[in-house]
Amino acid sequence: MSSPLLTVDRLEVFYGAIHALKGISFQVQAGEIVSLIGANGAGKTTTLRAISGLAPSKGVITFDSQNLATHKSFQRVSLGIAQSPEGRGIFPEMSVLENLEMGAYSRKDKSGIKKDLELCFELFPRLKERMAQIAGTLSGGEQQMVAISRAIMCKPKLLLLDEPSLGLAPLIVAQIFEILKKLNQEGMTVLLVEQNARMALKISHRAYVLETGKIVLEDSAANLLNNDEVRKSYLGV
Amino acid sequence: MHDFVQHIINGISLGSIYALIALGYTMVYGILKMINFAHSDVYMIGAFAAYYVARWLGIEAQPGIASLLMLILVSMLACGFLGFLIERFAYRPLRKAPKLNILITAIGVSLFLQYSGQVVFGADPKVFPEVMTDYVLLTFGPVELRSFDLTVLGVSLVAMLCLEFLIKKTKVGRAMRAVSSNALVASMLGVNTDKIIAFTFVVGSSLAGVGSVLVGMKYPKIDPLMGMMIGLKAFVAAVLGGIGNIGGAVLGALIMGLSEEMVVAYLSSTYRDAFAFGILIVILIFKPAGLLGKYSVEKV
Repeated sequence: MSSPLLTVDRLEVFYGAIHALKGISFQVQAGEIVSLIGANGAGKTTTLRAISGLAPSKGVITFDSQNLATHKSFQRVSLGIAQSPEGRGIFPEMSVLENLEMGAYSRKDKSGIKKDLELCFELFPRLKERMAQIAGTLSGGEQQMVAISRAIMCKPKLLLLDEPSLGLAPLIVAQIFEILKKLNQEGMTVLLVEQNARMALKISHRAYVLETGKIVLEDSAANLLNNDEVRKSYLGV
Repeated sequence: MHDFVQHIINGISLGSIYALIALGYTMVYGILKMINFAHSDVYMIGAFAAYYVARWLGIEAQPGIASLLMLILVSMLACGFLGFLIERFAYRPLRKAPKLNILITAIGVSLFLQYSGQVVFGADPKVFPEVMTDYVLLTFGPVELRSFDLTVLGVSLVAMLCLEFLIKKTKVGRAMRAVSSNALVASMLGVNTDKIIAFTFVVGSSLAGVGSVLVGMKYPKIDPLMGMMIGLKAFVAAVLGGIGNIGGAVLGALIMGLSEEMVVAYLSSTYRDAFAFGILIVILIFKPAGLLGKYSVEKV
């Protein structure tokens, strides 16, 4: 196997006195969907923030054989890391199109940007209809589509998704996960953080289970779906 | 009635100067959620920079629009550079500090500029050189349109339209709005937030530079404390319009300019400042977000 796209080695994060991540290590191979699942406060979002350079961290994160310690958060986008943050983080006063254009901020390849914009509209036709609408007036599901599309506009090698199902109707969630699967089949590597463990495991290749800042379990998604411990704690069966 | 029209013209002229300064407050607030109390003193430094360059070049001998534009450029550069320095060395190190520390620092920078100004320029007022001659351009019966008022209006309008274009239509403007809306997400998308914040200070400060030359032209007495009162009024204008809101700052400034002119004309000039700050109190009580300001509601 070639070297992983993303390697996280003994990652630790402190928020003041709180030890949010207690040295976690994992890898993501190119072409995979990998999920981090776990309860509230397990450290899932913190992990993504550390990878994007937005949380003060110890340990080594290697992406595409580069040590991320020397790259500030805004520089990591050009390396190929894009994130759709928790709570979506869209720019509510901007139009849908402007939100998407913000995703392409670090890019200079005009034709490529246009192509990816077309791709986003193909994935989410609703956004094309609402291109000129102010993003803050969209429904929650549409805002999630904006957030994911905006991350796609960064042209990432690795797409970080934080709780894409949060607060959305089950039908919309199913749609969004279907699209994630499709994106992955077209070659996008995805690191997914989810509380909706069942949905996440269904589309993932592998997953890591986080509990209070530590990885307690790692396996293929199919195995985890059948793991008794996981079924009891995270799938509610 | 004729008087009234005349007062409207004067009020709009005064209001557009307030607007140029108010924009600096509102832009910085929009992006950093802080009141840059040193802004009015940046404006003062701009006036002095223009004053010294004008004297050095002997601009009084050749009044006209070209001289005015050159002094505006000088003042914009001086203010922009000063704004950059203040952000870089006073505010940036405190980016993660509590709001109160930053507020106190802003007041400190303001006092530093005021009193350094008194040491360097002297505390006595100076007479701003005559960059243009003021004459009556048009008369409609007893109503006069003076060249100064038209110049003030024209220059401010151009400056504001440029700002509008910058913010709404350019990539850097979009990045400014993004940082203002959510700096964390903006940096997640590849925006160098420090750079954008510095740029915002430069733009806001240079608008104050434009204002300082227009004021120097219209009310040609400058001194190191000249920024205090006009700065406070511009700040009230920004709050009145809804601080952080660009259009609101212009609207608030026009209301301030007009109401001030009307108070002087029909009540008494003694009440001018009282009225200005009365507006602030009323706004804070009844519409604390300002006329165009909104409380943002986030969907979850």
